[in-house]
Amino acid sequence: MNFGIIVFPGSNCDHDCFYVIKDVLKQPVRYIWHKETGLDNIDCIIIPGGFSYGDYLRCGAIAKFSPIMASVIDFANRGGIVIGICNGFQILLEVGLLPGAMHRNTGLHFICKYINILTENRDTVFTDICAKDQVLKIPIAHNEGNYYIDERSLRELEDNKRIVFRYCDADGDVSQRSNPNGAVSNIAGIINKRGNVLGMMPHPERSSEGELGSSDGLLIFKSILKACKGLK
Amino acid sequence: MLEAKVYITLKKTVADPQGLTIKHALESLEYKEVKQVRIGKLVILQLDMNDEEEAKKRLDQMCQKLLANSIIEDYTFELAPVN
Amino acid sequence: MITKETYRALGLRDEEYQRILDILKREPTTTELAMFSVEWSEHCGYPRSRNLLKLLPKTGKYEALIGEDSGGIIVDDLAIIFKMESHNHPSQIEPKQGAATGVGGIIRDIFTAGARPVASLNSLRFGPLSEPYNRYLLKGVVDGIQFYGNCLGVPTVGGEIYFDESYSGNCLVNCMSIGITHKDKLARAKAFGVGNTIMYVGSSTGKDGIGGCSVLASQEFKKGEEKRPAVQIGDPFTEKCLIEATLEALETDYVVGIKDMGAAGLTCSTSEMAEAGDSGIEIELNKVPRREEGMEPWEVMMSESQERMLVCIKKGHEKEISAIFEKWDLHGVIIGEVIKEKVVRIKNNDEVIAEATPDSLASAPVYDMPFEKPSYLDEINQLDLDTISEPEDYSKVLLKLLSSLSIASKEWVYEQYDHMVQTNTIVLPGSDAAVLRLKGRDKALAATSDCNSRYCYLNPKAGARIAVAEAARNIVCSGAEPAAVTDCLNFANPEKPDRYWYFKNCIEGIVDACKTFNIAVVSGNVSFYNESTEGPIYPTPTIGMIGVISSLKDVTTQYFKDNNDLIILLGETKNELGGSEYLKVIHDKVKGDAPGLDLKSESLLHATILAAIQKGFVKSAHDCSEGGLAVALSECCISGDNMIGASITLDGEIRKDSLLFGESQSRVIISSDADSAAKIEKIALKHNVPFAIIGKTGGDNLKISINNEKVIDSKIPELRNIWKNSLRNSLTAE
Repeated sequence: MNFGIIVFPGSNCDHDCFYVIKDVLKQPVRYIWHKETGLDNIDCIIIPGGFSYGDYLRCGAIAKFSPIMASVIDFANRGGIVIGICNGFQILLEVGLLPGAMHRNTGLHFICKYINILTENRDTVFTDICAKDQVLKIPIAHNEGNYYIDERSLRELEDNKRIVFRYCDADGDVSQRSNPNGAVSNIAGIINKRGNVLGMMPHPERSSEGELGSSDGLLIFKSILKACKGLK
Repeated sequence: MLEAKVYITLKKTVADPQGLTIKHALESLEYKEVKQVRIGKLVILQLDMNDEEEAKKRLDQMCQKLLANSIIEDYTFELAPVN
Repeated sequence: MITKETYRALGLRDEEYQRILDILKREPTTTELAMFSVEWSEHCGYPRSRNLLKLLPKTGKYEALIGEDSGGIIVDDLAIIFKMESHNHPSQIEPKQGAATGVGGIIRDIFTAGARPVASLNSLRFGPLSEPYNRYLLKGVVDGIQFYGNCLGVPTVGGEIYFDESYSGNCLVNCMSIGITHKDKLARAKAFGVGNTIMYVGSSTGKDGIGGCSVLASQEFKKGEEKRPAVQIGDPFTEKCLIEATLEALETDYVVGIKDMGAAGLTCSTSEMAEAGDSGIEIELNKVPRREEGMEPWEVMMSESQERMLVCIKKGHEKEISAIFEKWDLHGVIIGEVIKEKVVRIKNNDEVIAEATPDSLASAPVYDMPFEKPSYLDEINQLDLDTISEPEDYSKVLLKLLSSLSIASKEWVYEQYDHMVQTNTIVLPGSDAAVLRLKGRDKALAATSDCNSRYCYLNPKAGARIAVAEAARNIVCSGAEPAAVTDCLNFANPEKPDRYWYFKNCIEGIVDACKTFNIAVVSGNVSFYNESTEGPIYPTPTIGMIGVISSLKDVTTQYFKDNNDLIILLGETKNELGGSEYLKVIHDKVKGDAPGLDLKSESLLHATILAAIQKGFVKSAHDCSEGGLAVALSECCISGDNMIGASITLDGEIRKDSLLFGESQSRVIISSDADSAAKIEKIALKHNVPFAIIGKTGGDNLKISINNEKVIDSKIPELRNIWKNSLRNSLTAE
């Protein structure tokens, strides 16, 4: 299957995603510059982490207006698979493909470290090969990962199993103690209603090889691969 | 020429950890009268136009489209002529 | 008319001004005076250090690359480019922007060499955090490093932070950057080829950082005009675009040379590119993109606005290059060309406002500075151990040392740095050295920065040798062979003979150690005048070192891996406490001599450890440094994800506190299984390195007994908590 990685001038995890898809997953992949609009022959779009346009105003705020995002929205609305990681998640929120908003971590600091997330919904194209309630060891690296959503919408997310990942401890316990950034209900990743768009703060591309300390992130990319093959 | 000052703050219902931190700092400096601190952004724009009504309309659009995120932020603005 | 007050205020001496008159055979213009003053300043021309810097070895076992603005080594077909640079004074004034622009500046030196920046390290020094301003400095500096480095997507993988009173009033911020490229793709900071184009790329020019020359303003312009702050503001997003655009431009064959506009911006970049290319350059200032109105020509020449570079381009290919920069929304503007005459000619609206030969600008005077051993040192070097009382409770002393901020975990800091982006960091911060894999190869790089400046204060030559030896030991403990050095030499006022004596001796110490280890000093930087009203800083020759790991299976970390492994101490523990953290923290004394160091023995230790690691015998390796054996053992127990206790039995004739907390050099703790231990012993024996099995891993406590008497019995979680949280607590308890 063909992966496309969106490149904004301030993207800085684009190379890392590219490497995992091409050299670890051994799948065709290409970069897509933010001023382009074409997404021909792409099966899955990755919006990588970074600082899109510097993010001086608000994370992802300016990326929303880039030419490529209009195409991505269109792609998603046609059922194409989209995964937004970190800044990519923030952009998906800004463009409205996913609900809610991000604000600063409660500690008011950038946090880069390995954390654990609980796979709450394995019935998605992104988590299909994860075990039930599997705990993934995976790093975060962000300043604004404090996910906010109003209560009514939160209930909607909960009721429809749209919360895919929650921050937890090594044993899978979800609590305030295991919440690194203050996110509502420990939310680390959510999907849209249709189930084809995932936004997550942790970085699966940083934990896709054992020598980096964990290969749990690869489960997400492999799930996508499996789902796509199944579709065809 | 008009100058607009756009103030963007977190909505009252949204926690503001930066504001809270500053409130604690002020309290520890014995400014006990401080009951609330909210942090925001100030954006100053110079507009090459003189019609204030039209300017307000366009500023509203700018705020909604880009400057503020309506899910978590409120905005207000002031408008004044400049030379 | 140039007055004595003007040129003196610019830092020129009378005889230097006379030399300018002799060179030009006329009075300099304001712009020329400004240009000469900065080119001949300590910052650019190194007049007070060049004579000694010549002594640093430029060759070693790895082929060294010495460029204009950075250096490196060849590993296989790769060029590993790296350099460390100080940004002390700007950080003392405005810590966030000072540190941020320090990171930005050193990274530009790396990618202008054609190398993609792959990692940063920072060596930081502050006064005690009991003072609010020092807390403000530390927080600001860390904020600046994370703000800039995280946005760029260059991981900050390591470094060090020390605290000492001598840095109150003058903190140190030393930034190191490492980049990689194919060895055939290196770029040089040269302009040559008559008719080739000089292009300005990057951000616009404003009045940033011209504070040093503000005397010209107060003289020539309206009195009382707002004096600009000397602080430059960093824009990491623009730098990120600049990295990508520059590397893309260098992929074409049209770039002749490229140079960062760092210190004194256009002045240094034009004159030094012409000098390096043995050519001449003419530029027109009215073409320089400006951020603000009403800038004087000399202000444009002196501006230190960030994220700008000068590029020499093959004539006829300007469009291709400017298109690349414009793609990244950056300026790419032609401002001049390479000319036949070997002069730097600056025009403003077609009028020549400065003209001088590049070699005259580059020929800063060289001074042999007087030096003299400080009179107070003999007394300070005296340490009678009999006057030092031995503590009653060694467990308490251990806890106290683990909470000493120079020793305690720096997790609060490095968690704020993105240290994983680029997915090469295979040993995360917190071990002896950071390790970066080279994707697609069975090879890795190790990087560290080290300097115990208290040793340098007590004995500069020994202290500098130890700084190099410790860096090398850290590299070796990670499984790497020491390959090359970059140095950042932070000293006080060189015009004072006692300060200069320290500088001279530290250089000699670095030379000794590098020659013994056969490694080159490929790049570096000198920062003088690091003193405040409180006095000078400790002499601080920070050593940045790169090592090469020949196979990924050799990558080694410092913490214990399994229960029931044997714990081995390589090296000898002597009865020495001089300059130790123990003496300072527990007895409030900075006295004695630096620990002894025999460079030959140190080399043999390195050979032993590397051989043992490469044969697969070693599970963990950790060097003994500040806090001695007891602290090093604690770190082996508590710095990994799994906490593992240890039972240690020591014996010996020397004082218990020397045995536990003394900082004897050339010692490393390793762990291995019993079979391997026997094999390691053979290797040690062959190299004549003292070998002792001192205990076993396992249990929930760190237990140490000396001559069958139990002296330390501490719960591992307790050790870990205090070590892990002391820095955080001292910063958040406000």
